[in-house]
Amino acid sequence: MSEEPKKCVLIVMSGDFDKAFAALTIAATSAALGMETTMFFTFWGLKIIQKGNLTGKGFFGRMVGVMNRGGINRIGPSKFNFGGIGRWMFKKMMRDKGVTPLEELMQQCIDLDVKFMACLTSMDVMEITLDDLIPGVEIAGAATMLGEAQQSQVQLFI
Amino acid sequence: MSEPFFADLELDLKGLLCPMPVVKIAGAVKNVEVGGIIRATATDPGVMADIPAWAKSTGNELLKMERDGKVITFWVKRVK
Repeated sequence: MSEEPKKCVLIVMSGDFDKAFAALTIAATSAALGMETTMFFTFWGLKIIQKGNLTGKGFFGRMVGVMNRGGINRIGPSKFNFGGIGRWMFKKMMRDKGVTPLEELMQQCIDLDVKFMACLTSMDVMEITLDDLIPGVEIAGAATMLGEAQQSQVQLFI
Repeated sequence: MSEPFFADLELDLKGLLCPMPVVKIAGAVKNVEVGGIIRATATDPGVMADIPAWAKSTGNELLKMERDGKVITFWVKRVK
Protein backbone atom coordinates (compact mmCIF):
# COMPACT_ATOMS: atom_id res chain seq x y z
CA MET A 1 0.00 0.00 0.00
CA SER A 2 1.15 3.55 -0.67
CA GLU A 3 2.78 5.65 2.05
CA GLU A 4 0.63 8.67 1.31
CA PRO A 5 -2.35 8.52 3.70
CA LYS A 6 -5.78 8.34 2.12
CA LYS A 7 -8.18 11.19 2.72
CA CYS A 8 -11.88 11.56 3.46
CA VAL A 9 -13.98 14.72 3.29
CA LEU A 10 -17.47 15.06 4.71
CA ILE A 11 -19.60 18.04 3.82
CA VAL A 12 -22.15 18.32 6.61
CA MET A 13 -25.10 20.44 5.53
CA SER A 14 -27.65 18.93 7.92
CA GLY A 15 -28.01 19.86 11.56
CA ASP A 16 -30.26 16.94 12.45
CA PHE A 17 -29.44 14.53 15.24
CA ASP A 18 -29.67 11.44 13.00
CA LYS A 19 -27.55 12.87 10.20
CA ALA A 20 -24.97 14.19 12.67
CA PHE A 21 -24.86 10.68 14.14
CA ALA A 22 -24.09 9.24 10.70
CA ALA A 23 -21.55 11.94 9.87
CA LEU A 24 -19.65 11.66 13.17
CA THR A 25 -19.70 7.85 13.01
CA ILE A 26 -18.23 7.86 9.52
CA ALA A 27 -15.67 10.53 10.44
CA ALA A 28 -14.47 8.72 13.58
CA THR A 29 -14.24 5.45 11.68
CA SER A 30 -12.41 6.91 8.71
CA ALA A 31 -9.87 8.49 11.09
CA ALA A 32 -9.56 5.14 12.86
CA LEU A 33 -8.83 3.55 9.50
CA GLY A 34 -5.88 5.90 9.18
CA MET A 35 -7.46 8.36 6.76
CA GLU A 36 -6.88 12.09 7.08
CA THR A 37 -10.44 13.22 7.72
CA THR A 38 -11.97 16.65 7.31
CA MET A 39 -15.51 17.64 8.20
CA PHE A 40 -16.75 20.76 6.48
CA PHE A 41 -19.82 22.16 8.26
CA THR A 42 -22.14 24.42 6.35
CA PHE A 43 -25.54 26.01 6.98
CA TRP A 44 -27.62 23.85 9.37
CA GLY A 45 -24.57 21.67 9.91
CA LEU A 46 -23.04 24.51 11.93
CA LYS A 47 -25.48 23.62 14.72
CA ILE A 48 -23.44 20.48 15.37
CA ILE A 49 -20.28 22.44 16.18
CA GLN A 50 -21.94 25.36 17.99
CA LYS A 51 -21.33 25.72 21.70
CA GLY A 52 -25.06 26.18 22.26
CA ASN A 53 -25.16 29.81 23.35
CA LEU A 54 -27.65 32.20 21.81
CA THR A 55 -26.36 33.82 18.62
CA GLY A 56 -27.17 36.65 16.25
CA LYS A 57 -26.92 40.42 16.24
CA GLY A 58 -29.80 41.69 14.15
CA PHE A 59 -33.49 40.90 14.53
CA PHE A 60 -33.52 37.95 12.12
CA GLY A 61 -30.15 36.70 13.30
CA ARG A 62 -31.37 36.60 16.89
CA MET A 63 -34.57 34.91 15.75
CA VAL A 64 -32.55 32.19 14.01
CA GLY A 65 -30.45 31.91 17.16
CA VAL A 66 -33.52 31.31 19.32
CA MET A 67 -35.58 29.14 16.93
CA ASN A 68 -32.66 27.10 15.77
CA ARG A 69 -30.38 27.01 18.74
CA GLY A 70 -27.34 24.84 18.12
CA GLY A 71 -25.16 22.62 20.26
CA ILE A 72 -24.54 18.90 20.00
CA ASN A 73 -26.89 18.22 22.93
CA ARG A 74 -29.72 20.28 21.56
CA ILE A 75 -30.13 19.10 17.99
CA GLY A 76 -33.18 16.99 17.18
CA PRO A 77 -33.89 14.18 14.72
CA SER A 78 -35.09 14.95 11.17
CA LYS A 79 -38.22 12.88 11.79
CA PHE A 80 -40.28 12.34 14.96
CA ASN A 81 -38.85 15.29 16.87
CA PHE A 82 -42.25 16.32 18.33
CA GLY A 83 -40.85 19.52 19.77
CA GLY A 84 -37.92 17.87 21.52
CA ILE A 85 -39.57 14.69 22.81
CA GLY A 86 -38.14 12.78 19.84
CA ARG A 87 -34.64 13.87 20.74
CA TRP A 88 -35.11 12.61 24.27
CA MET A 89 -36.61 9.36 22.97
CA PHE A 90 -33.79 8.64 20.53
CA LYS A 91 -31.16 9.51 23.13
CA LYS A 92 -32.82 7.14 25.58
CA MET A 93 -33.10 4.38 22.97
CA MET A 94 -29.45 4.77 22.06
CA ARG A 95 -28.36 4.83 25.69
CA ASP A 96 -30.40 1.71 26.50
CA LYS A 97 -28.70 -0.17 23.67
CA GLY A 98 -25.23 1.05 24.60
CA VAL A 99 -24.74 3.14 21.48
CA THR A 100 -22.13 5.84 21.91
CA PRO A 101 -23.73 9.25 22.49
CA LEU A 102 -23.22 12.01 19.94
CA GLU A 103 -21.04 14.18 22.17
CA GLU A 104 -18.71 11.26 22.86
CA LEU A 105 -18.50 10.43 19.15
CA MET A 106 -17.55 14.03 18.53
CA GLN A 107 -14.86 13.83 21.23
CA GLN A 108 -13.52 10.69 19.56
CA CYS A 109 -13.31 12.61 16.27
CA ILE A 110 -11.35 15.37 18.02
CA ASP A 111 -9.03 12.82 19.70
CA LEU A 112 -8.42 11.14 16.33
CA ASP A 113 -7.43 14.49 14.78
CA VAL A 114 -10.45 14.91 12.53
CA LYS A 115 -10.24 18.43 11.14
CA PHE A 116 -13.36 20.57 11.69
CA MET A 117 -13.98 23.38 9.22
CA ALA A 118 -16.82 25.88 9.19
CA CYS A 119 -18.19 27.61 6.11
CA LEU A 120 -17.65 31.33 6.56
CA THR A 121 -20.50 32.43 4.29
CA SER A 122 -23.02 30.34 6.22
CA MET A 123 -21.68 31.77 9.48
CA ASP A 124 -22.16 35.30 8.16
CA VAL A 125 -25.70 34.58 6.96
CA MET A 126 -26.74 32.93 10.23
CA GLU A 127 -24.84 35.53 12.31
CA ILE A 128 -22.71 32.91 13.98
CA THR A 129 -19.21 33.95 15.04
CA LEU A 130 -16.11 31.83 15.62
CA ASP A 131 -16.63 32.37 19.37
CA ASP A 132 -20.00 30.61 19.06
CA LEU A 133 -18.27 27.45 17.79
CA ILE A 134 -16.41 24.80 19.77
CA PRO A 135 -12.62 25.33 20.04
CA GLY A 136 -10.39 24.05 17.26
CA VAL A 137 -12.72 24.81 14.36
CA GLU A 138 -11.07 26.44 11.36
CA ILE A 139 -12.81 28.85 9.02
CA ALA A 140 -12.86 27.88 5.38
CA GLY A 141 -14.55 28.50 2.06
CA ALA A 142 -15.74 26.35 -0.80
CA ALA A 143 -12.34 26.45 -2.50
CA THR A 144 -10.63 25.02 0.58
CA MET A 145 -13.21 22.26 0.78
CA LEU A 146 -12.88 21.47 -2.95
CA GLY A 147 -9.09 21.47 -2.63
CA GLU A 148 -9.38 18.85 0.08
CA ALA A 149 -12.03 16.93 -1.87
CA GLN A 150 -9.80 16.77 -4.98
CA GLN A 151 -7.16 14.91 -2.99
CA SER A 152 -9.65 12.69 -1.18
CA GLN A 153 -10.66 9.17 -2.08
CA VAL A 154 -13.94 9.53 -0.20
CA GLN A 155 -16.19 12.57 -0.44
CA LEU A 156 -19.57 12.58 1.24
CA PHE A 157 -22.38 15.13 1.41
CA ILE A 158 -24.61 14.71 4.41
CA MET B 1 -7.46 -22.80 27.41
CA SER B 2 -3.96 -21.76 26.44
CA GLU B 3 -3.36 -18.41 24.82
CA PRO B 4 -2.18 -18.59 21.22
CA PHE B 5 -0.22 -15.31 21.42
CA PHE B 6 1.48 -13.29 24.10
CA ALA B 7 -0.45 -10.02 24.33
CA ASP B 8 1.28 -6.75 25.21
CA LEU B 9 -2.07 -5.09 25.83
CA GLU B 10 -5.51 -6.31 26.83
CA LEU B 11 -8.55 -4.44 25.61
CA ASP B 12 -12.12 -4.95 26.79
CA LEU B 13 -14.56 -3.83 24.11
CA LYS B 14 -17.52 -5.76 25.43
CA GLY B 15 -20.80 -3.87 25.21
CA LEU B 16 -19.47 -1.35 22.71
CA LEU B 17 -21.24 -0.96 19.39
CA CYS B 18 -20.08 0.30 16.00
CA PRO B 19 -17.97 2.39 15.50
CA MET B 20 -16.39 2.22 18.96
CA PRO B 21 -14.53 -1.12 18.74
CA VAL B 22 -12.66 0.08 15.65
CA VAL B 23 -12.10 3.54 17.13
CA LYS B 24 -10.74 2.04 20.37
CA ILE B 25 -8.46 -0.40 18.53
CA ALA B 26 -7.10 2.47 16.45
CA GLY B 27 -6.29 4.36 19.63
CA ALA B 28 -4.86 1.33 21.45
CA VAL B 29 -2.54 0.33 18.63
CA LYS B 30 -0.60 3.55 19.22
CA ASN B 31 0.10 2.38 22.78
CA VAL B 32 2.10 -0.69 21.76
CA GLU B 33 5.44 -0.89 19.96
CA VAL B 34 5.62 -2.01 16.34
CA GLY B 35 5.38 -5.79 16.50
CA GLY B 36 3.31 -5.60 19.68
CA ILE B 37 0.13 -7.60 20.03
CA ILE B 38 -3.24 -6.54 21.41
CA ARG B 39 -5.76 -9.07 22.66
CA ALA B 40 -9.30 -7.71 22.59
CA THR B 41 -12.69 -9.07 23.56
CA ALA B 42 -15.93 -7.72 22.10
CA THR B 43 -19.62 -8.56 21.96
CA ASP B 44 -20.67 -6.58 18.87
CA PRO B 45 -20.95 -9.14 16.02
CA GLY B 46 -20.06 -6.27 13.65
CA VAL B 47 -16.40 -6.62 14.65
CA MET B 48 -16.24 -9.88 12.69
CA ALA B 49 -16.34 -7.78 9.53
CA ASP B 50 -15.07 -4.43 10.79
CA ILE B 51 -11.81 -5.48 12.45
CA PRO B 52 -10.55 -7.26 9.29
CA ALA B 53 -11.53 -4.13 7.33
CA TRP B 54 -9.63 -1.94 9.80
CA ALA B 55 -6.56 -4.18 9.59
CA LYS B 56 -6.61 -4.16 5.79
CA SER B 57 -7.01 -0.40 5.65
CA THR B 58 -4.33 0.47 8.21
CA GLY B 59 -1.86 -2.26 7.23
CA ASN B 60 -1.90 -3.86 10.67
CA GLU B 61 -2.35 -7.60 11.04
CA LEU B 62 -5.30 -9.52 12.41
CA LEU B 63 -3.65 -12.66 13.77
CA LYS B 64 -6.67 -14.55 14.93
CA MET B 65 -10.37 -14.11 15.66
CA GLU B 66 -12.58 -16.57 17.47
CA ARG B 67 -16.11 -16.56 18.74
CA ASP B 68 -17.31 -18.25 21.88
CA GLY B 69 -21.03 -17.68 22.30
CA LYS B 70 -21.51 -13.92 22.43
CA VAL B 71 -17.89 -13.07 23.11
CA ILE B 72 -15.52 -12.51 20.23
CA THR B 73 -11.80 -12.57 20.99
CA PHE B 74 -9.22 -11.34 18.52
CA TRP B 75 -5.51 -10.61 18.39
CA VAL B 76 -4.06 -7.80 16.30
CA LYS B 77 -0.40 -7.05 15.69
CA ARG B 78 0.92 -3.56 15.11
CA VAL B 79 2.83 -3.71 11.84
CA LYS B 80 3.57 -0.02 11.24
